[in-house]
Amino acid sequence: MRIEAPPRSHAPEAPRRSRWRTVALVVVPLGAFALLLAASLGRDPRALPSELVGDPAPVFALPNLEGGGTVDMADLRGQVVVVNFWASWCLECRDEHPALDAAWDRYRERGVVFVGVLFEDTVGEGLVFADEFETDWPLVHDPGSRTAIAYGVFGVPETFVIAPDGTVAAKRVGPVDYTWLTTEIEGALRAPEPA
Amino acid sequence: MSGRTRLWLLLAAAAAVVALAAVLTPGGGDARTADDRVRDIASGLRCPVCQNLSVADSPSALAREMRSEIAARLRAGDTPDEVRDFFVERYGEWVLLAPTREGLNLLPWLVPIAGVLFGLGAWAMLVRRRSSPEAETPTPAERRQIQAELDALEEPG
Repeated sequence: MRIEAPPRSHAPEAPRRSRWRTVALVVVPLGAFALLLAASLGRDPRALPSELVGDPAPVFALPNLEGGGTVDMADLRGQVVVVNFWASWCLECRDEHPALDAAWDRYRERGVVFVGVLFEDTVGEGLVFADEFETDWPLVHDPGSRTAIAYGVFGVPETFVIAPDGTVAAKRVGPVDYTWLTTEIEGALRAPEPA
Repeated sequence: MSGRTRLWLLLAAAAAVVALAAVLTPGGGDARTADDRVRDIASGLRCPVCQNLSVADSPSALAREMRSEIAARLRAGDTPDEVRDFFVERYGEWVLLAPTREGLNLLPWLVPIAGVLFGLGAWAMLVRRRSSPEAETPTPAERRQIQAELDALEEPG
């Protein structure tokens, strides 16, 4: 008394094709996900972007740390300028000071100007630091940090090399070393002067 | 009161509540103070010297100075977008707490939608294949067999 189920008519090659399709459906998304992970896991999550390189450097006219007069970027057009943001409370600024000093000694005769911009610090503390290290390039302070914000400074030290045409040639977040300074300054010196 | 009248009354009451709420809600753009506008922008910017704090929430000196920079730019007539662009130009897109919805940034929004659509499609395909139509309509031979067996059942003893 049983009703026999009629045999189903299935295409014989269907199971094999669908298996390949299943494998592809699993492997392709997984592969894409793995590629995405590989591309992003290798990145340093604390790396900071280097904006402004190749863009015109923000101009500033800031008061000298020792009082009397300003350093005006407009007067420095046509020269290579190294803008170094620093603070007396910043340990890495102490570490990088000898490199800056050596590069300053080497390039000041060739018309390269260094400007140290004090960041989030008092003028008094800045002057103590400058005395201790006998810093002899122009030092300025930045009331309201407007110049630091205009340069997109995250913290100190940060250093910008500005080409004679007024564009930012290089930027370094963190302490500079002598090799980086000489390489970037030489590069900026070779850049064509503004018309 | 018929069901339809009751429905209309209910809808009218709901509309009245919404309208009242709209009237009572403080402010279009004009009622907002300059501080509110600064806060709006600052809360979308990441403080450069902090870990995961907005410029609006950070007590740091640099964040305070960034807020006064925002205020100065708004006073000078910049639109909020222009102010944000100023910071993005200097600090990169890093400075935005919410990334812009363009390019690769769209991936986290689009991939889940694509995944759901893909899953629905796969499910629909599976369901359709499981219930193949030819299995549902019996062939004439099957009809005859079913009829014969039904007849056999109905015959007494």
